[in-house]
Amino acid sequence: MLIRKPNAIPSSEITPRVAYERFMARRKFLRTAMGAAAVAGASAFGADRIADILAPRTHAHADTKLKTVPSPLTTTGEQLTSLEDVTHYNNFYEFGIDKSDPAKNAGGLPTRPWSVKVSGKVKSEKTFDIDSLLKLRPLEDRVYRHRCVEAWSMVIPWVGYSLSELIKQCDPLPSAKYVQFVSYYDRHVEKWSGQDATIFWPYSEGLRMDEAMHPLTLLAFGLYGEVLPNQNGAPVRIVVPWKYGYKSAKSIVEIRFVEKQPPTTWNDQAPSAYGFYSNVNPDVDTVPWSQKSERRVGLPFWQQRRTTLMFNGYGDQVASLYKGMDLRKYY
Amino acid sequence: MPRKYILLLKVVTWIGCLSPLMVLVYEAVTNTLGPDPTANITFSTGYNTLLFLILSLAITPVRSLSPRLSWLIHFRRLLGLFAFFYGTLHFFTWVALYTGFDINAMTSDILKRRYITAGMFAWLCLVPLAATSTTWSIRKLGGKRWRALHKLAYVAAIAGVVHFWWQVKPGVMSPLRLTIVLAVLLLARPILSMLRRNKGQVA
Repeated sequence: MLIRKPNAIPSSEITPRVAYERFMARRKFLRTAMGAAAVAGASAFGADRIADILAPRTHAHADTKLKTVPSPLTTTGEQLTSLEDVTHYNNFYEFGIDKSDPAKNAGGLPTRPWSVKVSGKVKSEKTFDIDSLLKLRPLEDRVYRHRCVEAWSMVIPWVGYSLSELIKQCDPLPSAKYVQFVSYYDRHVEKWSGQDATIFWPYSEGLRMDEAMHPLTLLAFGLYGEVLPNQNGAPVRIVVPWKYGYKSAKSIVEIRFVEKQPPTTWNDQAPSAYGFYSNVNPDVDTVPWSQKSERRVGLPFWQQRRTTLMFNGYGDQVASLYKGMDLRKYY
Repeated sequence: MPRKYILLLKVVTWIGCLSPLMVLVYEAVTNTLGPDPTANITFSTGYNTLLFLILSLAITPVRSLSPRLSWLIHFRRLLGLFAFFYGTLHFFTWVALYTGFDINAMTSDILKRRYITAGMFAWLCLVPLAATSTTWSIRKLGGKRWRALHKLAYVAAIAGVVHFWWQVKPGVMSPLRLTIVLAVLLLARPILSMLRRNKGQVA
């Protein structure tokens, strides 16, 4: 398992940001130029992919260690997905639709200063600075299975605390039945979007109040013991381990307490395929894919396939939330 | 174009057509198939099927632009057969890595999932084309019937592009480029023949 210790690097060894940005800009230009030449020459013959293989991996984030405590809510008995795969196989469409795009493009996400606005049905609206959020509760190490609707899965060691801890500080009114999460969006920063996908930004997700209050629902600040890399939704995101990955909104700028079920991005995009609940459910297909089984990321292709578990294996903890509900209807 | 250039170009085309497979083999051997190897193999074989199929369909309209391009015909069968080759690899990827060789899983996939129905249909269209790709078959069938049969390549390409659209998430535009190229090729035939007819009338 790879855990880098950034403290061991003397500050003199760290590339100044300006130099780094220049380097990245030059790299980007070279890549683009090379890419253009490759496309012009022989994209038909996979030259793009050869260039991809030859190009070294980029880490579009600065590593910073977080102080953490163990958690009883951690998932045991699973082999962790490597840091490399967790940080280079991302769906973060604001930064491009290819799963390798966010790692390349999310470098410009301005994660400091950062604040999260709390609005809607609360006693009084307030704004939390990222530093105060980090200090609100002890940060826990929590390993969760992560299941994407595209039928691949990972096991990720997140860092954070239960979202309920923050919600308690927000004083929601009794009329607050749902919680909506709004992600960062700036078309100047996330300029890659819109080229390959027609989606209305900013990204919006939501949970029913009892789902949001469930101890498993995590407000995450890091993974692998370090602050979240930009491509994983820095500096703060939601993680709901029993739902498909798109329910776990990244780079949160606003939390709204609302009376009615809030609009959610993928549900707006295709209501028949993506429901509001989106609980992992092997018995309900999500058009176009079957959800009966999944591919575990990071394994050889002949070992990837595995059976998908109801509620992604968290049924013991969360099934009671949906008692009496027809999960085929409320998918 | 002299024979030896054609021969040289054929070697280059073979290498080009085999390179997507070589990349996959290289990645498999060096354990660099990426985070999701199954998805990588599936996408690469599927994408290259469509690419080579569309390239093979481009030969005829491009040839008709100038008599000096008539030598391109030597490459049409090669590209078409490579499309079938990658389509078959794509098909077996699904059989092995998605259904686990389970006949029930295969049938339910084909019946329930429209993108698999379309993909299966596209591949089945290519089978008779590959089977009748020999010069012997052309002679046996007669040029007219053979050409009529091989119009199926267009049907396969359309079904293939539909298959591509039906399996990406709604809103994702990645199949757009291939779709535009195919649309241009489909329009090229009637437009080119219309132009030729007009020219004939003027003369």
